[in-house]
Amino acid sequence: MQTSTDRNVRGTSGAQKPRSAAAWSLIGLVYVLGALVLAMPLVLIIATGFRNGLAAWLASNLEPDTLHAIWLTVLTAIVVVPINIVFGVCAAWLVTRFRFPGRRLLMTFIDIPFSISPIVAGVVYLFLYGAQGLFGPLLESFGIKIMFTVWAIFLVSLFVTSPFVARELIPLMEQQGSEDEEAALSLGANGWQIFWNVTLPNIKWALLYGALLCTARVIGEFGAVSVVSGAIRSKTMTLPLQIELLFNDFNVAGAFAAASTLTLLAVVTIVAKGLLENKKGG
Amino acid sequence: MKKLLSGLALAAALSSPVLAQPTDILNVSYDISRELFEAVNAKFVPSYAADAGVTVTVNQSHAGSSKQAGLIKEGLEGDVVTFNQVIDIDTLAKAEYVAADWKAKFANNASPFYSLPAFLVREGNPKAINGWADLAKDGVQIIFPNPKTSGNGRYTYLAARAWATEEYASDEAKIEEYLKKVFANVPVFETGGRAATTTFVENGIGDVLITFEAEVLGTLKIAGEDKFDAVSPAVSLLAEFPVAVVDKVVDARGSRAIAEAYLNYLYSPEGQDIAGAFFHRVHEEAAVAKYAGQFPEVRLVTVEDVFGGWDKVQPEHFAEGGLLDKVFLNQ
Amino acid sequence: MATAGTIKRKHLLPGFNLTLGVTLSYLVLIVALPLSAMLLKTAGLGWSEFWRIVSSPRAMSAYWITFSSAGAAAIFNAFFGMLLAWVLVRYEFPGKRLIDALVDLPFALPTAVAGLALVTLFAPLGWYGQFLEPLGIKVHFSQLGIIAAMAFTSLPFVVRTVQPVLEDIPGDVEEAARTLGATPRQVFWRVLFPLVLPAFTAGTTLCFARAIGEFGAVVFIAGNLPGKTEIVSLLIFIRLDEHNYPAAAALATVLLAVAFLSLLLTNILQAWQLRYADKH
Repeated sequence: MQTSTDRNVRGTSGAQKPRSAAAWSLIGLVYVLGALVLAMPLVLIIATGFRNGLAAWLASNLEPDTLHAIWLTVLTAIVVVPINIVFGVCAAWLVTRFRFPGRRLLMTFIDIPFSISPIVAGVVYLFLYGAQGLFGPLLESFGIKIMFTVWAIFLVSLFVTSPFVARELIPLMEQQGSEDEEAALSLGANGWQIFWNVTLPNIKWALLYGALLCTARVIGEFGAVSVVSGAIRSKTMTLPLQIELLFNDFNVAGAFAAASTLTLLAVVTIVAKGLLENKKGG
Repeated sequence: MKKLLSGLALAAALSSPVLAQPTDILNVSYDISRELFEAVNAKFVPSYAADAGVTVTVNQSHAGSSKQAGLIKEGLEGDVVTFNQVIDIDTLAKAEYVAADWKAKFANNASPFYSLPAFLVREGNPKAINGWADLAKDGVQIIFPNPKTSGNGRYTYLAARAWATEEYASDEAKIEEYLKKVFANVPVFETGGRAATTTFVENGIGDVLITFEAEVLGTLKIAGEDKFDAVSPAVSLLAEFPVAVVDKVVDARGSRAIAEAYLNYLYSPEGQDIAGAFFHRVHEEAAVAKYAGQFPEVRLVTVEDVFGGWDKVQPEHFAEGGLLDKVFLNQ
Repeated sequence: MATAGTIKRKHLLPGFNLTLGVTLSYLVLIVALPLSAMLLKTAGLGWSEFWRIVSSPRAMSAYWITFSSAGAAAIFNAFFGMLLAWVLVRYEFPGKRLIDALVDLPFALPTAVAGLALVTLFAPLGWYGQFLEPLGIKVHFSQLGIIAAMAFTSLPFVVRTVQPVLEDIPGDVEEAARTLGATPRQVFWRVLFPLVLPAFTAGTTLCFARAIGEFGAVVFIAGNLPGKTEIVSLLIFIRLDEHNYPAAAALATVLLAVAFLSLLLTNILQAWQLRYADKH
């Protein structure tokens, strides 16, 4: 232990080749834990999902109920992510480009959904739009239904993922400061021009990164959606809910096929994230 | 902003209420009827197309019967309900979703088929569970769904109570003591019948699963007779599976014709045959004869005989602080 | 309007009214309104009824299971996360990029999928279960399973908060300590650890907060045995199923309060971290 710290603590900027046995044993521990905790679940889902071959996997995913669940999941992402991008950009612009009373409080408020249990997120929407909720009866008298429709799924997904883009942008924009934008302003650019030509190029990778995290969460959200979905097959089932349903239908092969589809999406997310991080880094 | 609007427009286009005559209905059902209605719907759609010239879609939602009734009151737009308990439709009638005289709208108390609580035990019945008395023994782990959310679970409670009422000659103290022991032997109350089956079969928890005979025999067929045994208690409770058209919904949507045709189909020879094939006891003669062999002889008592009808059962047993709450201590 | 005008004059850049309008209306519509609907529901209960629900024995054991499991998961991740961050920052070794990428898996993978994977791994005949079961270690449907699910889904927090701080520590800090005669152990505990401590604590707190709210992964592996493996989120879900809305509202309010507290705590810790960063 002593030698390892001795050698490796020295000249700490930049990673080094491990030279001591102790260093290697730390790395070995990371290998073992990484394999057991992170790699195995991934391998298991993919291996089980494709156990009966590609054709069987495809057939399971093309089952009408599962296919619809895939479609609804994608649709939810298409609806939710752009809205939360707009919100995230607005919120980040507001709190990093202006100083105003209540700014800190607002930043905390933006963060709230991040720390709320998904079940609570579902519950609060039930108490707002359910038939016994605050607005439910009023909306119903206008013939508008939100609970147990795709609208409720969109709304809870918006709630759960609303901070994702803002959280990525705020630290970056704070750090970059507003000198560039102010220079553009003095050159006579208007607000939109400043945003499109000055700000956006500076934040585009962080923005994409935030959008990516937001997408991953929307696709995977389970607890909040399960409270408001009503579990109507081929109507309000998203893919994560469909996995539980198939599992309870004793259709384990179907559940794993759907799960492996989501896992492949997760792998794509991670790869995309790696690429974005390289871009962000320079 | 443009993206936001186009996203909303897209969503609106996808979910806007159909103003024309709808060609789909939603059947809100109990938990273990998943396979049954999948088979029914597959046959109903072509049959209705032949009769009415319209190809319809029947959507399904499954969960504990009482949970489903609650979801409908909370706004789930079911056109028909196929439940497993009278009081779950009664509560909808009280909230004016369903006609007050719903039981008279279809034959046999609006119950196209029926079943009874029965037992599924592990191969060889190692804990020797042969009847209701054995459930109160120390060291027996019982699985049945939560009576607060599941009609299935309530039938189990009522059936055990019916047996105890006979056994202890209506001595309420003894009945309660027995039921308390039974409930204390339940390690987990799942909210629906299917989750209870999964817990027992897949997760290997418990010595006996109490659920509808239809689920017991169906599970035995899927999970393997070499792993489980079905046990029929000598006496059990008639479990009617009532159906109703949700008037409030079909009138708003204009889907009454399909909804009624759907429920009538359950009474047709084909409908009854499918129900029988999925181990439900039926009324139609040909189907009764065809499937007689798969059902053991069980003496059935009814809620009317033992408890004086569902109107009394609901307030006495299932209301907050009722008789169920007295024995369901670990809820 | 007068205040808005004065504020506006202070800002050079345009867009204050627009972004303030969009941000506030969105937060009100999507976040504040639903939250107040629930708080209203809870307020309607009255204090004694609220207290009766949230202090019932079943709720108490659900809190204990939730918080102790989340605590255990956070402790596991504090060690594992610190180890990962240290090794990933300090050493070059084969497969480093792969492991670094895999750290993000728990965030990218839907929690229901994680739950399905864990329940299959730890099932009595599963890849892990077959070795653990003979040793008498039951993960499947026990509190260990809840801890495993919580630890998996909140694993990236510590790594990702500590990693950048470790990377930023200039080499000469330790160099200086070494030349002053500090032992390697002293260098780590007296020099490095205090520097990463704020980030480390913030990461662990985030991890704990996330674990408390975890639902998707836990329901698959926990087997919801009341008093044994029933977490608060699950109890809320069951109360909803039973249409016991007052109880669901009261318990959800408790979780909400915990979320606020942990948010407050992380904000304080992050402010501490910033001050630290400024000082050094």
